[in-house]
Amino acid sequence: MAKISSLEELRKIRNDAKESMKTRSGNAKVRVFASMGTVGIAGGAREALKAMIDELEKRNFHDVEIVEGGSMGLDNEEPIIRIERDGFETTYGKVTPDMARQIVAQHIINGQMISEWVIARNEK
Amino acid sequence: MKELSLNILDILENSIHAGASDITLSIEEDTSEKDRLFFSIQDNGKGMDPAFLKTVFDPFTTTSTTKKVGLGLPLLKAEAEMAGGGAKITSEKGEGTIVSFWFQYSHWDRPPIGDIAGTVLIMFMVHSAVEFSYFHRVNEYSFSVSTKQLKEVFDDVPLNHPTAVKGIQEYLTTSIQNLHGGKNGQD
Repeated sequence: MAKISSLEELRKIRNDAKESMKTRSGNAKVRVFASMGTVGIAGGAREALKAMIDELEKRNFHDVEIVEGGSMGLDNEEPIIRIERDGFETTYGKVTPDMARQIVAQHIINGQMISEWVIARNEK
Repeated sequence: MKELSLNILDILENSIHAGASDITLSIEEDTSEKDRLFFSIQDNGKGMDPAFLKTVFDPFTTTSTTKKVGLGLPLLKAEAEMAGGGAKITSEKGEGTIVSFWFQYSHWDRPPIGDIAGTVLIMFMVHSAVEFSYFHRVNEYSFSVSTKQLKEVFDDVPLNHPTAVKGIQEYLTTSIQNLHGGKNGQD
């Protein structure tokens, strides 16, 4: 991405984003819940989420919505990322930036959950 | 926390949990004679009553229902005091809270500021319903941006759209670099 140093330049990005939304119909296909509690933050939740966005953008996948997840009270599993896709809610624990990238490629984009990292899964 | 930008993210999340709809983060870096690094986070959340306020720097104070110790603010205060600074909280029930902390800029024990762009980005991306303003000054140069401004730019594109997020991240990173290189941020 080119250097952006003004809101005017950011406006061009907005137009690119708008273009990519044309193919999206109604609600996003995938929802990502990020929990930003103290333990998650200290454990690298911000870095995991940033890696996720980077990978989504690299792979040009925009049918996703990232929202606040709230704490699940599972501090020893933080950072936690929850994915809602195809009627299932899947929770991943101890998510590193590398894991976050793989979750994007396999689960978010292709719908293949990565079982070994899943700590909870239930039907919506 | 490894870096101050993570402490800041933690305090910002506290503001969100206190029901704030308007939050302002200010960072002031004075590297010359004043030799001071100052942060403040101001919100219009539910605030604290005087009795609770007295205990916020006590490690065993927390509003969490899932764990018994808080530690975030007491440790930050200790770190600030070890580095020629301090911390202060003022709050009024029903009005909001201001958390501020500062350091001697050049002090050996001052933690690094870290990825402040990342922290600000999380606010715009994950909490776009909250009106967030970010102000950053380095000596005589300054930069500011708010949710309101970004929403004007992105119009009907949500701020959590991956392309928007990447764009905002690039804008923040470049602007903060410019501040340290002796340039004002542009809006």
